[in-house]
Amino acid sequence: MADTAPVWAVVLLPFALAAAAAVVAGFDAVLAAAAERGRSGRPLRAAPAPLHAGLRMLGQQPRRTAAGDPWLGRLGIALVPVAAVLAGAVLPWGFRAVTDPVVGVVWFNAMEVLAWAAVWLAGWGPNSALSLIGGYRFLAQGMAYELPHMFALTTAALGAESLRVGEVVAAQRGLWFAVWMPAAFAVYLLSALAMAFWGPFDHPLGRDAAGGAAAEYAGVDRLVLLAGRWLLLVVTAGFSVPLFLGGGYGPWLPAWAWTLLKTAAVLGLLVAGRRLLPALRMERYMEFAWAVLVPLTLVQALVVAVVVLGR
Amino acid sequence: MPDDAVFWVLAVPAVASGAMVFRLDSMARATYALLLSLLCVGGLVIRLGLDYLGVVVILMMTIEMALMAVFMVMFMMNPAGLMPMSMLHNKRGAAAICAGVFALLAAGILLAPWPRRRGRPDDDPTMALGESLMGPHMLTMMTLGLALFTTIVATVVLATGRGRYDRFGDDLRARRPADPVRPGARR
Repeated sequence: MADTAPVWAVVLLPFALAAAAAVVAGFDAVLAAAAERGRSGRPLRAAPAPLHAGLRMLGQQPRRTAAGDPWLGRLGIALVPVAAVLAGAVLPWGFRAVTDPVVGVVWFNAMEVLAWAAVWLAGWGPNSALSLIGGYRFLAQGMAYELPHMFALTTAALGAESLRVGEVVAAQRGLWFAVWMPAAFAVYLLSALAMAFWGPFDHPLGRDAAGGAAAEYAGVDRLVLLAGRWLLLVVTAGFSVPLFLGGGYGPWLPAWAWTLLKTAAVLGLLVAGRRLLPALRMERYMEFAWAVLVPLTLVQALVVAVVVLGR
Repeated sequence: MPDDAVFWVLAVPAVASGAMVFRLDSMARATYALLLSLLCVGGLVIRLGLDYLGVVVILMMTIEMALMAVFMVMFMMNPAGLMPMSMLHNKRGAAAICAGVFALLAAGILLAPWPRRRGRPDDDPTMALGESLMGPHMLTMMTLGLALFTTIVATVVLATGRGRYDRFGDDLRARRPADPVRPGARR
């Protein structure tokens, strides 16, 4: 079913993801402006605000700290967008991905985990207490996010009896996985936010730690780190479409349009839903993740395994 | 030819960054040099046609090294490498042992009568691996899994500062655990 896209798609992918990230960041800025100033405040004018902020950062002087480890810090910063783009390589657009390896689902998870390690590196780099706290936070929290996330990915792969993303999509020709694996889908969406350390899960860059892992970064460094986070959000949220929402399948419209619509719907839900949710208290969420989400996803995987064995 | 290029592009950094682990002062750098080495090894495993194992090596080693960095920084002297230190001890003895082991292994490679290849690799190595683990090697894997799980539980029990007697009282009768923060699962 799934073909590999032409070679020029490799070049196009980072730009397409960056454009999507800019649109999502713009949408978030519009929502923020609407919440602050109301409808009369013309919130739509805030849409290009993230781009303006990005351009402003380009002109800023990068900050240097005493006795830092700029090599590791920069490596961490650069790894966030690079891992997001590498994960995006298995993301099918319609039915075509840049590459569709036999173990696409595992590859996606491996790249997400690389971004997880990258945040610690970015926090370690500047030799500053607050950014170190941010980095360590994500390392500790990431374990609680990663396990339910992994089980949710496994469940989708189990339902398709394949780790190839194309075959996971093909298995949903009749029925979307989101319909008969609702728990895995919900956990996936939750952990997609968490793995992108965004929204209610932005503790690694939290305000209570004065910006956490990003506290000491200014200029291009800061731009790459923050833009990388938006990329990561777009990619992790976008991956829920081939995993649970039937990829490009849908009536009337062509496959690419369905992918676009579904991805926009998921991102819209996550970004708008963030405004409705309070900030999560981590000490409570961690226990919830270990004591509720992990068993829940395991039971979901068990149910799917029994269904797969029975058919 | 491209295969050879890929091999060397992965093999040289794998060995070089592995060696850098012992040259670098900073524990964070040493850990991530080791991660780079292991990522290259994962790439080499993929190149052997074992896609699943290769990607799992990348996934697992990234998680492990990210966590190991915490322990290296916590327990090793001079974690940030701000002072010169060496990870080498007993240099002469170690050099002699290394040279001996290398010579032994190299001689083994050159002298052993290698069997000819019989059969051909499976079409789907991932499937073959799964069937092997869940079929003939099931008992080994189950024993291994149990042993690992027991080790994890034992380590946590030994390391935890607050056990169930602290949380539920000496007779374990307390209805709510005496935790410093309210639990998220509302137990």
